[in-house]
Amino acid sequence: MRSNSRYFFAGVGIALFLAGSAAAGDSDPQEFTQIERGRYLAILSDCASCHTVPGSNQPFAGGRAIETPFGSIVAPNITPDPETGIGGWSDDDFDAAIRKGLRRNGSRLYPAMPYTAYTKMSRDDVQAIRAYLNTVTPVHNDVVANTLPFPFNIRASLRVWNALYFIEGDYKPDARKSAAWNRGAYLVDGPGHCGACHTPKTLLGGDRTDQYLRGGFLQGWSAPDITGDTRVGVGDWSVEDLVAYLKTGHNRVSAATGPMAEVVTLSTEQMTNSDLNAIAAYLKSLPGKQDHPQALPKENPAMVAGAAIYRDQCSACHGLDGKGVAKLFPSIADSPMVKSDDPTTSIRIVVRGARSVGTRAEPTAPGMPSYGRQLDDTQIAAVLTYMRNSWGAAAAPVGADDVARVRSDAALRPD
Amino acid sequence: MAKRLPKKDVVIIGLGWTGTIMANELTDEGLEVIAIERGPWRDAPTDFPPSYMQDELRYRVRHELFLRPEQLTFSFRNRIGQTALPIRSWGAFMPPNGVGGGGVHWNGEMWRFLPSDFVLKTHLTERYGASFLPEDMTIQDWGVTYDELEPFYDRFEYICGTSGTAGNLRGKIMEGGNPFEGPRSRPYPTPAQAQPFSHTLFGKAARDLGYKPFPQPSGNLSQAYTNPLGLQMGPCTYCGFCEWFGCSNYSKASPQTTILPYLVRKPNFTARDNSEVTRINVDKSGTRATGVTFIDSSGVEWEQPADLVVLAAYAMFNVQLLLHSKIGRPYDPVANSGVVGRNYTHQTVSTVNGFFDSKKYNFNPFIGSGSIGMCVDELNGDNFDHGPHGFVGGGYMGQVQTGARPIESTLVPPGTPKWGAAWKTAVRENYLSTVKPGAGVHGSFYSYRDIYLDLDPAYSDRFGRPLMRITMDLKENELKQNKFLTDKFAEIIKAMGADKLAVLYRTAPYDISTYQTTHLNGGAVMGADPATSVLNRYLQSWDVSNLFVLGASAFPQNPGYNPTLTVGALAYWAATAIRDKYLKNPGRLVDA
Repeated sequence: MRSNSRYFFAGVGIALFLAGSAAAGDSDPQEFTQIERGRYLAILSDCASCHTVPGSNQPFAGGRAIETPFGSIVAPNITPDPETGIGGWSDDDFDAAIRKGLRRNGSRLYPAMPYTAYTKMSRDDVQAIRAYLNTVTPVHNDVVANTLPFPFNIRASLRVWNALYFIEGDYKPDARKSAAWNRGAYLVDGPGHCGACHTPKTLLGGDRTDQYLRGGFLQGWSAPDITGDTRVGVGDWSVEDLVAYLKTGHNRVSAATGPMAEVVTLSTEQMTNSDLNAIAAYLKSLPGKQDHPQALPKENPAMVAGAAIYRDQCSACHGLDGKGVAKLFPSIADSPMVKSDDPTTSIRIVVRGARSVGTRAEPTAPGMPSYGRQLDDTQIAAVLTYMRNSWGAAAAPVGADDVARVRSDAALRPD
Repeated sequence: MAKRLPKKDVVIIGLGWTGTIMANELTDEGLEVIAIERGPWRDAPTDFPPSYMQDELRYRVRHELFLRPEQLTFSFRNRIGQTALPIRSWGAFMPPNGVGGGGVHWNGEMWRFLPSDFVLKTHLTERYGASFLPEDMTIQDWGVTYDELEPFYDRFEYICGTSGTAGNLRGKIMEGGNPFEGPRSRPYPTPAQAQPFSHTLFGKAARDLGYKPFPQPSGNLSQAYTNPLGLQMGPCTYCGFCEWFGCSNYSKASPQTTILPYLVRKPNFTARDNSEVTRINVDKSGTRATGVTFIDSSGVEWEQPADLVVLAAYAMFNVQLLLHSKIGRPYDPVANSGVVGRNYTHQTVSTVNGFFDSKKYNFNPFIGSGSIGMCVDELNGDNFDHGPHGFVGGGYMGQVQTGARPIESTLVPPGTPKWGAAWKTAVRENYLSTVKPGAGVHGSFYSYRDIYLDLDPAYSDRFGRPLMRITMDLKENELKQNKFLTDKFAEIIKAMGADKLAVLYRTAPYDISTYQTTHLNGGAVMGADPATSVLNRYLQSWDVSNLFVLGASAFPQNPGYNPTLTVGALAYWAATAIRDKYLKNPGRLVDA
């Protein structure tokens, strides 16, 4: 009898907890339209990328360490678990976190959480995401989010940071532009938070707005310029090329790998074609820097060595003409990534190899083997210099010291 | 005591060509499928990358991709009455190991068998009379016809992107293709590969002698291709490192390039590598399989229960696992009873090397691909009248330039010293001007009463199970066939303009130490009569109706072609029977 009554009281406790969780926030679990909109916005926002541990069967339970230049930040649990998740949060709490970067106690979130971009979403958008998150399985998972070293572990410093880099406010459409362009701008700057990786950062980690989307650096990868620049951006890609890349991970020129492979799987592959078209139209409309460096002469020693190495090691797949095979072997000749100012990703792919993303439409997921044992730093620098200055292209040479830097950095990382 | 795993709908033993095909078909049916593979997981760009794959010593000489005999081997003897000894280094054939199986290291030849091959016994008896066949020859009909298999030949050709020139399109003989092939419903998915100089020369010489040469159908692709599963393949680069090697250019058809990336995305598919199935378990009645037992690399024994068991290992391992699992009656050649181990065959291959004037000829042998080639088929199967010749069977013949790997390509004319300055000079002189067709004569190997597989009485494996014993020799019929074909082949090589020939016949006794092909067949053959076959026409065990056995172990005898396309077509044929017939009404698909 005694033990039965104890179970009874425990049962009441759980019931109260559940009631409390349902009361947090005003979302109605019957509101299919709102929940479905929230689910799609969560895809656009790529919430799962940080808040779900890869391969885990506990979506949004947090625990994934996000590497930043200042140390790692562990993504919190955003399931509706009342104790360790966000079940106890009010709608205002949730809105403040997503759009203002404020924690429930009023202190600041680290901008690894892209509230600087999410602020472009409307309160309705954010409440829809909340309504969706309220429907996922609550997971009890206590995450210690702040694992930064001193002095970055002091959240008060973020007041200054926000004053420098955070402009709060919904997306304001540009009336002179088309609805599609405005949708694209909203997706890129708001939920898609493309600039988090593709816009270069200041020493303090804020956006260098004068170089908007002209290529950034994160977690050992250089993210390419995605403006309409015709040399290093997506200016020479058609809208269809861009949509194919985002939808299938592959197009006639390139293939998604590294962190972008995950973005394709978790986010862009699941976007509607009209949204992908809008993103493409917007990115292509951005002018980019449009500089025109001089190509290195063919007689340059690095070019001579690089040409021989290319012929020997690379041409079997990528072709003597550098064109590769559409969707299978990227076109070196047409790839803007190859010519990027920051050659980190190109070096890394040669040193470590890479696996492109497999998608429903393009399941092959072709890979590139590692040449890090085969070729030394000088040889890798030469072959990349050759690729960057052939088939009509022009870009600064790659130095052996660049290769050495990437090689030692990549050695410390998983693939 | 084995640890018991949760039950699956289907367990597949081996994840090579046939296991991959079956897994893809049955997961499409919605079934929960697990494949258990003895060897490691293998993936094209990481496991055989172009950065180091072109290593003849590692892959060819030291057998990198193959099963280590220390793990499992067979014993061998030529004749009943001899004592068999274990094979300690592979020679005559190369047992595959690992995901992709033989599909990783093969050359990519994509031949269809002739319509008459499937009804061989009936056909030869009708044409020549029963007394024309050697008394101890045990050939038989397959129980399935070419016309029944045609849609599955077609299906596998399109999965692989096969490059070739059609010879018989829906009954119409096409210029430039093999006029002897059975009618095909569609052209090849990609055009034939470009042919190097020596092939062009072979084609011309053969045409002048009255043959109708055609390009060998190839699983090394002439151009980029997207297969019906959406998988991308690249064009072959003619690198010259194909057979014995894996291809990382996505240009050789393999499970890795044509099916696996699609299959592994399915949530109802699981694969376990480095796990060796030691037994198919059957219930007390002996008529129903309950699953399999396997041992992982830590030595832990597991039981995987399943409703349906698919045995999809290499032909030899299929037979061995049936013997070890005591499924089907073991064959006894003396009493002429039983079926498991019966009608074991290989391939009768030989070649003729042609040495040309090095001042006039440079064949640029470095241009090589596994299955480019110009071939003639006049002397295959029953494409010619055997009456005057006193033998049955035949083969295709052709010039197939597979590369100029330095260790194996040092051919010199007969009479050259085997070492020293004269040898070196001869190697230098002949390196670029020799035509070396490899298995240029690719002959049939028919089945005999005393060529078979059984369990060795003396030797056992690391689990204490008896080794499987091979009893194998070459018979007069095959030797006559080979002599006839090799002489005809030499005429063509001579007509190409060779100054000197090295005519290398296949001779008896059968030699287990010299590579011939990895086309081992039979031992668990299909057929219409349970007294002479292990499997019915759908590759279903006569004895255990929820067991299907795929692969060349089902061939009642071996025609004069490479087996893989037929192996794949039969896997699709069996999968279709399971999907359309067996799953609707599990049980025997054929009454006997």
